[in-house]
Amino acid sequence: MRDFLSSSLFFGMILSVGSYLVGVYLKNKFKIFIFNPLLISIVISIVALLLLDIDYNSYNNGAKYLSYLLTPATVCLAIPLYEQMKQLKNNFTAIMIGIASGVMTSAVTILILALLFKLNHTQYVTLLPKSITTAIGIGLSEELGGYVAITVSAIMITGLFGNIAGELLCHILGIKHPVAKGVAIGTSTHVMGTAKAMEIGEIEGAMSSLAIAVAGCMTVLASILFEWAI
Amino acid sequence: MKYIKQFAIIIGISFLGEILNRIIPLPIPASIYGMVIMFAALSTGLIKLSAVKETGKFLIYIMPLMFIPPSVKLIESWGVMKEFLVAIIVISLLSTVTVFAASGHTTQFIIRKKEKGGKQ
Repeated sequence: MRDFLSSSLFFGMILSVGSYLVGVYLKNKFKIFIFNPLLISIVISIVALLLLDIDYNSYNNGAKYLSYLLTPATVCLAIPLYEQMKQLKNNFTAIMIGIASGVMTSAVTILILALLFKLNHTQYVTLLPKSITTAIGIGLSEELGGYVAITVSAIMITGLFGNIAGELLCHILGIKHPVAKGVAIGTSTHVMGTAKAMEIGEIEGAMSSLAIAVAGCMTVLASILFEWAI
Repeated sequence: MKYIKQFAIIIGISFLGEILNRIIPLPIPASIYGMVIMFAALSTGLIKLSAVKETGKFLIYIMPLMFIPPSVKLIESWGVMKEFLVAIIVISLLSTVTVFAASGHTTQFIIRKKEKGGKQ
């Protein structure tokens, strides 16, 4: 049984998709934000792997094909952005300054917290790219000399948090304008938060998509400057 | 046929993004170059919205599924992470909230100021 599941191509995929569906069912039934389909699917998949004693690589052998379309899907985020061109043109300055302030805040917050936690330089640069999209984050972490695997984990934790709590955070922090909501979600929690922003509304989703690209590029510049300055 | 054409355009742009990623020595991934190319192509009318819309929306719709395998990978990096696990979690969550507040409120503040100015 274990041998078969470990060598199966579709086990990892059906475990991921099936547990996501369980999450969707729970979300619809209980309407509580903690029943987030993405979170539920990750938890169920991890527990299943541990119980069945199947290692990550065997699971990923099939599951990885789910992620193969991530680049084309990210490319397609330009489509809702194009559809919301009017919002982008009307609020261009506000959006750009908003994203820039988020990128600066990220660098400053992480520096202060790293000092508080007495992290060493390697640990600090590992966490520096945590708000941006994985592919840029990996490149940046490598460039700065961080632990890439942990950077990826921090990016996932951040994105998952955005996917679960994005709507709630807008509410608590009093961010009401749809453009501002999108900018906040995309700048702070990259593509995973954006997946949620798409569900909140078209304007939110489009602005969030824009914020991923702009925040990612700004972070590359800011991190290099920051690292160089310290 | 329509879907195959749409898929071909999307994959083609992803491939262009990959080429740029290879040529330009910056840690910017193929997906971001591709997104810029797609946006530019739509804006200039080089590609019509109808030529990519349905397949594009479908890919965006199923995007959350694509994050499951890399997130499950958290079990693998557990060993290195536990060294400064509390710091990782606290920094990840706290900085998300500060970035969220800063970017959202700055944007909202400027938009509202402009809207007020426009009305006067």
